[in-house]
Amino acid sequence: MSREDVLVTAEWAEENLATPGVVFVEVDEDTSAYDGGHIPGAVKIDWRTDLQDPVRRDFVDRAGFEKLLSARGIANGDRVVLYGGNNNWFAAYAYWYFKLYGHQAVQLLDGGRKKWELDGRPLSKDAVTREETQYVAQEQDKAIRAFRDEVVDAIATKNLVDVRSPDEFSGKLLAPAHLPQEQAQRAGHIPSAINVPWSKAANEDGTFRSEDELRELYREAGIDDGKATIAYCRIGERSSHTWFALHELLGHSDVKNYDGSWTEYGSLVGVPVEVGPGTN
Amino acid sequence: MSNDGCGAPEQTAALPPGVDLGKEIVLGGKVTADGAPVGGAFVRLLDASGEFTAEVVSSPEGDFRFFAAPGQWTVRALHRTGNGEARVVADAPGLHPVAVTVG
Repeated sequence: MSREDVLVTAEWAEENLATPGVVFVEVDEDTSAYDGGHIPGAVKIDWRTDLQDPVRRDFVDRAGFEKLLSARGIANGDRVVLYGGNNNWFAAYAYWYFKLYGHQAVQLLDGGRKKWELDGRPLSKDAVTREETQYVAQEQDKAIRAFRDEVVDAIATKNLVDVRSPDEFSGKLLAPAHLPQEQAQRAGHIPSAINVPWSKAANEDGTFRSEDELRELYREAGIDDGKATIAYCRIGERSSHTWFALHELLGHSDVKNYDGSWTEYGSLVGVPVEVGPGTN
Repeated sequence: MSNDGCGAPEQTAALPPGVDLGKEIVLGGKVTADGAPVGGAFVRLLDASGEFTAEVVSSPEGDFRFFAAPGQWTVRALHRTGNGEARVVADAPGLHPVAVTVG
């Protein structure tokens, strides 16, 4: 897998807005940005209302994913290009989610909305409708999704990569610094985890760093190439960004995203929690 | 205000309900260019070592806000018309104003 297989540049995207078989999808937690102007022809997926079960804390099931993609006019053979705000966090989450349900031809727009806007590329408010499809999804590929018991078992045996900011990792903050801090769970991190904030994998304009820079970043942080890796953050979207860097850009073979992340782990009774800057 | 996601919330001049300025350090202000507010700028909070901490998009009125730990911070704004930054030291809870000009 090379960078060109999993990322498209803004230049490529602008040249391929009308290419048949290429579907642009904007993914975000807050879709008001889409409504105020989106890449021409792009459909939208709402991270919360479209991808999360409305009652239980879990994803929509296979049938729900099929219904969503069919309604958006995405066919099994389409090349899906995902982009969004927040440095592509939710788009990276959707990328991982598409892979989870077996859609292989999916790519991220490098830099997402930010790069597109900083470049001054066109945005459209026109409503986008695509003909409904009969999308067929696969069973979830559990090889890329970690659950809590596996995470507890991974302490001091697998690479645990906490991609939150240093203040969240050490326990000074419970959420990113753009959010209020009153939360229910305990502060800190999973013992033996190393802290490599997601942002270190990105340039200022939101594009991913080069493969050489990424390799050096994770090597220096102490990731052992011979071990499996689990990435986590607070709710699993920033860690999707790092999962993408490790699994898709660097080609590490056994990397899972723990979507339960700190909002689950920090609420578990009886599990070990470490505070402070960490031992690694 | 949604706390189930980590995405940056819509930025407003008024604080969201439930924020206790007696407990939290809030860094807030406007992005401007030639005195006029700049909406849609990518506003990044960098710590004392220059490391990225958080990012929001300024409101149509140029407003942005961060909830930070005590320390020395740099607020850096990126916009298609230009970039700019400002520094602020915040050692105690309360609202710490920051003004950033771009261009």
